[in-house]
Amino acid sequence: MTAPATHGAATERRGLALPSSIDGTLVTLVLGAAILWFAPAGMGRYGTYVLSLWLVMSIAVMGLNLTLGYAGLKSLAQAAFMGLGAYATALLTSKLGLNWYAAFAISGLLTFAVGLVLGFPALRVQAHYLAFVTLAFSTLIWLILRNEQWLTGGVFGLSNIPRPSFLSVKLDGALEFHRFVVVVTFILAAALWWMIRSPWGRAFMALRENPVRAASLGVDTRMYTLLAFAIGSAYAGFAGALYAPLVEFIDPSPFSLSQSFFLLLMVVAGGSGYLLGPFIGALLGVVLPEWLRVVGSLYLIVFATIVMLLLIACPQGVSGLIERGWAKLTGKAGGR
Amino acid sequence: MAEFIAYLIAGIATGAIYALAAIGFTLVWQTSQTINFAQGEFVMLPAVLVLLAIKLFGAPIWLGALIGIAAFILIFGAGFKLAVVDPMIKHGVLPLAIATMALSIIMKEGAKDAFSAEAQNFPSFVPTQTISVFGASISLQHLAIIIVAFAVIGLLQWFVGGTRLGRQMQATAQNPTVARILGIPVERMVLLTFVINAALAVVASALISPIYLAKFSNGEVIGLFAFIAAIVGGFNQVRGALVGGLVVGIVDSMAAAYISTSYRLAVPLVLLVVIILLKPEGLMGRKEERRV
Repeated sequence: MTAPATHGAATERRGLALPSSIDGTLVTLVLGAAILWFAPAGMGRYGTYVLSLWLVMSIAVMGLNLTLGYAGLKSLAQAAFMGLGAYATALLTSKLGLNWYAAFAISGLLTFAVGLVLGFPALRVQAHYLAFVTLAFSTLIWLILRNEQWLTGGVFGLSNIPRPSFLSVKLDGALEFHRFVVVVTFILAAALWWMIRSPWGRAFMALRENPVRAASLGVDTRMYTLLAFAIGSAYAGFAGALYAPLVEFIDPSPFSLSQSFFLLLMVVAGGSGYLLGPFIGALLGVVLPEWLRVVGSLYLIVFATIVMLLLIACPQGVSGLIERGWAKLTGKAGGR
Repeated sequence: MAEFIAYLIAGIATGAIYALAAIGFTLVWQTSQTINFAQGEFVMLPAVLVLLAIKLFGAPIWLGALIGIAAFILIFGAGFKLAVVDPMIKHGVLPLAIATMALSIIMKEGAKDAFSAEAQNFPSFVPTQTISVFGASISLQHLAIIIVAFAVIGLLQWFVGGTRLGRQMQATAQNPTVARILGIPVERMVLLTFVINAALAVVASALISPIYLAKFSNGEVIGLFAFIAAIVGGFNQVRGALVGGLVVGIVDSMAAAYISTSYRLAVPLVLLVVIILLKPEGLMGRKEERRV
């Protein structure tokens, strides 16, 4: 029941594509950060906000991509972890007056620790069980956020969440905060890029491709799956820590179970197992609906349908499509 | 004591419904390795379709029910298998599981947009009266649910164990390769489990909707409890799903009565974690061997 050998085709492709695309990925990250630094010029407050939101969601999707795309685990609590980070940051900064950077670190550590605690019993059994434990956790967090009014404000949420400052520069304006988000996103993406290239990342991938073989090669599978899940969850915590001051108001609804499903779909849409995939996925899942406001909630149906079609036609998502197209263009036979 | 019996009956009633959903879930899992994350939505939708058919065509209840049920079994029994599972399963279990999540979003949002965002009354087949048994007032609806659900589960057990077709289905679930060698039409058997799953969902929907009303978001809780029931009982066993469903239903009912109404959901979740820690193969399950 360990479902090996199902990713056969994917293994081959990655094996071929990885060495050459690594530095291209980093270059794209640097260029993207530079462009995004200046991008909001003339976009107005709302446009800038949407761009920042895209990056924040990308961080959460990046974490889930590590869990799902690199380690092959289903986590159904990414939005709940993001909520944990957002509420922790909001409470620490607005109620206790703590510095944002400290709150950011605490949010990451908290979600990392909770990830370890949740993952440990589930991964003892079977990777599938993680899906059910996180499903349960998601619901539990939702209940607490809604019911513990004294702490979380219940359905009314928390407002007046302060924005951080950087070396005595106030980041209250939309543009200033956007640039701050760009920098944090870049750092987190670069850290992930480094992590995946390191022996750690290799071990994560070995796990996804064939857990039994990875184990027989001496990879401590339980520790690595647990770590991949905990780090992925910590990224959700980081995303939440940025989300709270970005929106300046939080309530339980963006951290529900359906939102966790939605984040998983974004990973798949962008291309799971691609470092830049989450940015594409979050673009499709977060930015497009903001621009297509007219479509309203129908957008969710359209998005989910597109993801299902993508899964049938090209399980590697948009990144996979681009890679295929690129291989065709350059005439390289080794693209897939 | 009277109060306790009333809660117990209510728990068994909702538990029987969770069991129906959990049995369908394990059947589909056994024959095709499909973890259906849209299972809750499968229980939510038939009631919505029936009400929609009545609303759109102005049909009488029995005709609306017929149209809604037929449409559901066709689309989400056979159609789900042919259009979603078949093209996806070759990519592996993970993409398929994610596809069912996409399906759950489509079903939920579709029900909200095409039907209603508000909860709607669903006609009950039995009067909403209570009778008194040993001083405990018991709802007739709950009794009807228990009778119907157990009749359906008994019928299913008889079908699986007592008929040729059912035994072929069981063989397919246990070992598809050997089943194929023995000349069993494996593909058709797998399709049959999907149709049975849809039919069980229809029964569950008809039983639960008069009490909890028909609403697009009902699937979330039902699905969650069906998963918990399947795991608590034992992922690979039909009777495990039955026991799991009853345990979860009773625990949920007792928790709501004696612990806290706002955290009633949390108690089955705790049960889930305890089971995973102490007896991960489930109450009725056997330990699985790991195959390479």
